[in-house]
Amino acid sequence: MSVLNPLIKQKQRRQFLRSALLMAGVVGVSLLGAIPVLGQWVKRLRPPGALKEQEFLASCIKCGQCVQVCPVNAIKLAELDEGFGVGSPYIDARAQACDFSCDGLQCVLACPAGALTHHINYPHEAEMAVAKVVSPQTCLAMQGKGFKGLARGAEYTGKLRFEEIDRWNPIPLAEHPFDLEICDLCVRLCPIEIRASQCDAGKPPSGDPGQCPPNRAIRLVEIGSDGNTQKMRPEILDGCVGCGVCEMVCPAEPAVIVMDSTASRGVSV
Amino acid sequence: MKLKDSLLELLGRNPLKPAPADISPPAQVIHKLQREDKSRITQLRAELEHKAIHDAPQKWRRRRWAVLIVVNLLFVLSYWLDIQMLEGALTASRFVGFHMADLNSALQVMLAFKEVVINLLIGIVTVALMWWLLGGRTFCSWVCPYHLLAEWAEILHLKLADKKLVKDHPFDRRTRTAFWLVFALLALVTGYTVFETISPVGILSRALIYGPGVALAWVVTLLLFEIFYSRRAWCRYACPIGLTYGLVGATSPLVVTYKLDKCFHEGECRKVCLVPHVLDTVIKGRAKDVQVEIGADCTRCGRCVDACPTHSLTFKFKGIGKHL
Repeated sequence: MSVLNPLIKQKQRRQFLRSALLMAGVVGVSLLGAIPVLGQWVKRLRPPGALKEQEFLASCIKCGQCVQVCPVNAIKLAELDEGFGVGSPYIDARAQACDFSCDGLQCVLACPAGALTHHINYPHEAEMAVAKVVSPQTCLAMQGKGFKGLARGAEYTGKLRFEEIDRWNPIPLAEHPFDLEICDLCVRLCPIEIRASQCDAGKPPSGDPGQCPPNRAIRLVEIGSDGNTQKMRPEILDGCVGCGVCEMVCPAEPAVIVMDSTASRGVSV
Repeated sequence: MKLKDSLLELLGRNPLKPAPADISPPAQVIHKLQREDKSRITQLRAELEHKAIHDAPQKWRRRRWAVLIVVNLLFVLSYWLDIQMLEGALTASRFVGFHMADLNSALQVMLAFKEVVINLLIGIVTVALMWWLLGGRTFCSWVCPYHLLAEWAEILHLKLADKKLVKDHPFDRRTRTAFWLVFALLALVTGYTVFETISPVGILSRALIYGPGVALAWVVTLLLFEIFYSRRAWCRYACPIGLTYGLVGATSPLVVTYKLDKCFHEGECRKVCLVPHVLDTVIKGRAKDVQVEIGADCTRCGRCVDACPTHSLTFKFKGIGKHL
């Protein structure tokens, strides 16, 4: 080897340098992915059963099987601007919340990597976020107002399951007009509240008592009256799982309630 | 080829010139005959003339592209048409309900998460068995969507190189092993699947199935790098997925086999090969035996099988003994 031509030696040195640069470049680019995650640029609402954020990102294999099984197409995959989170599933509740219309948590069952943990079996066991009343000034109920018409307008594409219409197929919210004396959409459409009421009536979903939530999720409390119009305030209760339906259906702009996924308790295993 | 040499070459060692003592007596006889047999020179000239007018066949490449496109299409259609044949993406999926997991993605997840769930384990075992049987890096050339784009980029690169507009800048092949180690370590230490962020396989597979996104810019960057700077750089010098599957396929029954007696040492195979170091044995005087199995880094793409005018390279499934 000592008789190597200096030209070959130079070539080898260059190749080594080039290789080191390639290495540094590619690893450097991949590590840029830490910035949006550590900087918490976006705080995503994750699908039911998601582990705490750090564990979730560690375990998610980014295959999108949860996306494929969701009956209301609530789950989307994150873009590159979310760094290490690229390809991981999230829910934009205002556009399409998780209404648990699959009942059986199909996304959880679909997850091959345990990022959505199989430790939960029922919607009320999910801990996706905590709903927060962030815009009380726009709330119709707090002004004592009712609601008539389409909750999110005719152009809105989001879907919900209305059991009285079709047990198996969610329908567009835009096909379901309301006429309410006082706006209580966030309460009446809450999947946990719906289940709790069914259970109270002795008819748990699918006849499975396990489907019965132990706690209520949301209610309206009276805050006063103006003549003969009551004013009501939405109050989030312990049973809230952060599915985002209240945020989705709120006719006010901006939505009175939003999901706070930083307050997400996140399922710990 | 001995497993140890095959693995070391996979990890980046350059092939060693065999010592005369390592060459089997029958192979020595052929080497000697080939040097003395002047009629082979006439035959070789005829071969070269034939090649000058006829393009090498593309039989295996066409078959391979068809399989690659069908597999990726199966993913896409399973979701779009809801036919539930192959759900998920290349990182992890279900084939008619049965779990499959990309071995490198699964490795990243296991190292970052430090826990293995049963479904992932099932997926890993299934896929490891499948690719062991089919040749390991066969995944690369027969399934990986980046490979197909890179082949097109390579065609462009070679055209430009022909016109002296670009020049290939090779890297040290040990870089890939370093990448593999660094990304494994990063997953372990940071707790994030760092490599998945830039994995062109994951990015492309998800883009095909769930729609394109800005992450494709990274794939385009890699392709431009390969067109203008370094031929097939990602697959040759960087991709840890390729190394993972290479290790899986190191003892695979499906191999490309080289037959010394048919070889004219024209080097056509090495020109088209993604990993020409595995074909070091075809260089005159290097073959240790009359038949040599090509090493673990081989992607079983079949381009050498197509390129060889004298059929000295063929697919072989060991145990069945049937030559494809």
